[in-house]
Amino acid sequence: MASQIGGTEMKLKTGLAEMLKGGVIMDVVNREQAVIAEKSGAVAVMALERVPSDIRKEGGVARMSPPEIVEEIMNAVSIPVMAKCRIGHFAEAMVLEALGVDYIDESEVLTPADEQYHIDKMDFKTPFVCGARNLGEALRRIGEGAAMIRTKGEAGSGNIVEAVRHLRTLRSQIRRLTTLGSEELMNEAKELGAPLALIQWVAREGKLPVPNFAAGGIATPADAVLAMYLGAESVFVGSGIFKSSNPEKLASAIVQATTNYQNPKIVAECSKGLGSPMRGLDIHQLKAEERLSERGW
Amino acid sequence: MKVGILALQGSVQPHEEKLKTLGVSSLQVRYPEQLTEISGIILPGGESTSMIQLLKLNQVWNPLKEFVKTNPTWGICAGSILLASRVTNPMQECLEALEIEIERNSYGRQNESFIDKLTPNEVWKSFCSKTDPIEGVFIRAPKFKKIQSDIQVLFEHRGEAVMIQKNQCLASTFHPELTDSTLIHQYFLNLCGQHH
Repeated sequence: MASQIGGTEMKLKTGLAEMLKGGVIMDVVNREQAVIAEKSGAVAVMALERVPSDIRKEGGVARMSPPEIVEEIMNAVSIPVMAKCRIGHFAEAMVLEALGVDYIDESEVLTPADEQYHIDKMDFKTPFVCGARNLGEALRRIGEGAAMIRTKGEAGSGNIVEAVRHLRTLRSQIRRLTTLGSEELMNEAKELGAPLALIQWVAREGKLPVPNFAAGGIATPADAVLAMYLGAESVFVGSGIFKSSNPEKLASAIVQATTNYQNPKIVAECSKGLGSPMRGLDIHQLKAEERLSERGW
Repeated sequence: MKVGILALQGSVQPHEEKLKTLGVSSLQVRYPEQLTEISGIILPGGESTSMIQLLKLNQVWNPLKEFVKTNPTWGICAGSILLASRVTNPMQECLEALEIEIERNSYGRQNESFIDKLTPNEVWKSFCSKTDPIEGVFIRAPKFKKIQSDIQVLFEHRGEAVMIQKNQCLASTFHPELTDSTLIHQYFLNLCGQHH
């Protein structure tokens, strides 16, 4: 169990993540969207200034959501409220903690504030979720105190391909660790750039020491199902919902599909009549600097 | 004996591990017909609003409401909210298995989540010979507000009930599945065994 790593504080932090498993966390930019998300069965909402696809379109520096918007969202719903801060921007994180948000996402979707260091997340009482593309990155974030990992995918793309790549990479790297001898683990720690104690833990347990959710490009119920089959324990849906033609219906369908991911009949049924999903982007058309998943290390 | 765990969403896996440790098989319950296969059910922690939505979408709401009236049931945190007869902060639907009023997020948000020792009271001592304090993990926990006099209080925290029982129905606002102890799970399995 996750509580074997870290003390009381970590148990409370991963404990909340445990409660969100099997659920859908939805990006929202205002009160109205938050209420729709809660009514559709979201287990939490993520407050942000602009959804990733708008950040892509409009450019400029993407920052933490204005405090009054975060508070408006916190007052509008009874489910946990998460909010994003920029990578390395511990002052934004301190503001979010002071506001009382339930989880802080140190997110590559916003413009990084520090190109060298991530936040020392151990210093905070509020738990953190961080993005990762592979096992080394996930364990570095956990080493800094993250209590939840989400595979990055490519946010705002409406394209699941990067999320699939990151989930598969994470899963096969974890599987590989379980086959190694104890004498091989130090070298693995060096190769992956991750703390030895965490490498040893993963080699023994065959999973991450904190819950692992998926994000970035989930646009349909079947996308959520694919992520669950590839080892995600919950899904984050960003631009996908409120950029579709019928957000309420799509939100509810993704919630239902995630819970019933092993039941294709239900997934088929709830995928009907959803209107048009967000248009989506071809990942290969994105320039290197347009790839949000490349942010952070 | 097979024990069901409502598996629409939430803290399901830690309960599975506890039951496995105790040598009992479990079943993830998502559909109404599965209720006929189990001797009792755990309604785990998670988000009650999400569970209500999914209980209805999967058409489990009414069958579960009938099931919990007479079969061993243990609701934890969100699960205890489902079992109440009145919910506040905000008001929402419930299964009305226990004559209690419950207030959601009653201690506050995640920054107010806490772990504290819980001392068993006299009622628990009459059920169980082990009377050491247990670890109570409270995560955005609710509080029992109005409790009918025929409901027994097994554990209290600072003078407030945090685990209660009426007949075959248990509710706790804290999370024994996130601790190293199996005591409360054993207690629930005894209820399932007696009932069976």
